[in-house]
Amino acid sequence: MMKIRQVEIAVGAFMAAGLIALFFLAMQVSNLSAFTTGEGYEVSARFDNIGGLKVRSPVAMAGVRLGRVVGIRYDQSSYEALVTMRIESQYDQIPDDTFAKIYTSGLLGEQYIGLDPGGSEEMLADGGEITMTQSALVLEEIVGQFLFSKAEEKGLE
Amino acid sequence: MLDALARFGRHGMVALERFGRAHLLFLQIVAGITSLLPRPGLLVTQTYSVGVRTLVIVTVSGLFVGMVLGLQGYYVLSQFAAEDSLGVMVAASLVRELGPVVTALLFAGRAGSALTAEIGLMKATEQLSGLEMMAVDPVRRILTPRFFAGLISMPVLAALFSAIGALGGYFVGVGLLGVDDGAFWSQMQAKIDWNEDVINGVIKSLVFGLVCTWIALFQGYDSVPTSEGVSRATTRTVVHSALAVLVLDFVLTAMMFGE
Repeated sequence: MMKIRQVEIAVGAFMAAGLIALFFLAMQVSNLSAFTTGEGYEVSARFDNIGGLKVRSPVAMAGVRLGRVVGIRYDQSSYEALVTMRIESQYDQIPDDTFAKIYTSGLLGEQYIGLDPGGSEEMLADGGEITMTQSALVLEEIVGQFLFSKAEEKGLE
Repeated sequence: MLDALARFGRHGMVALERFGRAHLLFLQIVAGITSLLPRPGLLVTQTYSVGVRTLVIVTVSGLFVGMVLGLQGYYVLSQFAAEDSLGVMVAASLVRELGPVVTALLFAGRAGSALTAEIGLMKATEQLSGLEMMAVDPVRRILTPRFFAGLISMPVLAALFSAIGALGGYFVGVGLLGVDDGAFWSQMQAKIDWNEDVINGVIKSLVFGLVCTWIALFQGYDSVPTSEGVSRATTRTVVHSALAVLVLDFVLTAMMFGE
């Protein structure tokens, strides 16, 4: 029979190992280390079509992630999608005439919002809206347009 | 014809009765926490025999499951030139499913069967009656510490399983197969969500720990006090725990991840 002290030490080490494992899962495996809710400011943008954009999709400028999409709503009055993004507070130098486009990372990758900076002196602040947007490219539409123009060429000949 | 129907009905009654007894015992065990709190030493001793002694089998299995996931995942992903996503695949399968489920199955086999045999033998050798003669409630003194020890140990073991499995996948993927080191971790961190994936895995392991320990304790406490009865109870513990874990896993997964 082991001494009670050794048992206590073993149990303590066991619980500590469990906590370390959870900490490892939090910091190394999951995205908790990059969690920045509460910090930053929200801006919104309207898109005709958001394609496969989802809540938590990245918002990037020059390829660097500045924030995430925090909300997607459908605006019934204008028939547009209203996307809310949270930008980290350290990136507060985004001109208010910035262009927001929906891109796809890679051929099969997820969709994200790419920001192209404008030239305005005014910067976006909390609650601001990006007015210039470009919708997601929908593959079917592109293929459809391609076929349509092909058919048109044929018809002219 | 009627005889067969009656037999069927009798079996149903017996099963329902057993189910009811199991729930009554569960309430008694949980109510026993009042007498456990002043004596945490009992809990520590039981956590040692339930949790610490299951550690070796869980860590070794976790390592090998992670390594196999690395190999198999690489084989599939390399066909789509998506080896960089290996980290996501390994970590997601471990944290969401394999961690809690495989740990619970190992836990039922290693710790659950031992609990049933221990309590069954206590009953067969009339130690439980002896306790009652001394005005000590065997449920509070014997079952409650073991129950909470199991409840505490399972999430710890499952977290260790997932963490070591991720390292095993890293070892095979990055060390042996040449996946990019940075992509392995960064893709994993980008896709695995703390609330959605990790916390749900921990909730799963808590539920499995509760069910496995409960089944083990009930089977031991309810066993026929003979050597054959104890052996049958031990077998039932492993079979029922495995079935309960797999069925509950489906239900929990449908509730958590099915939108």
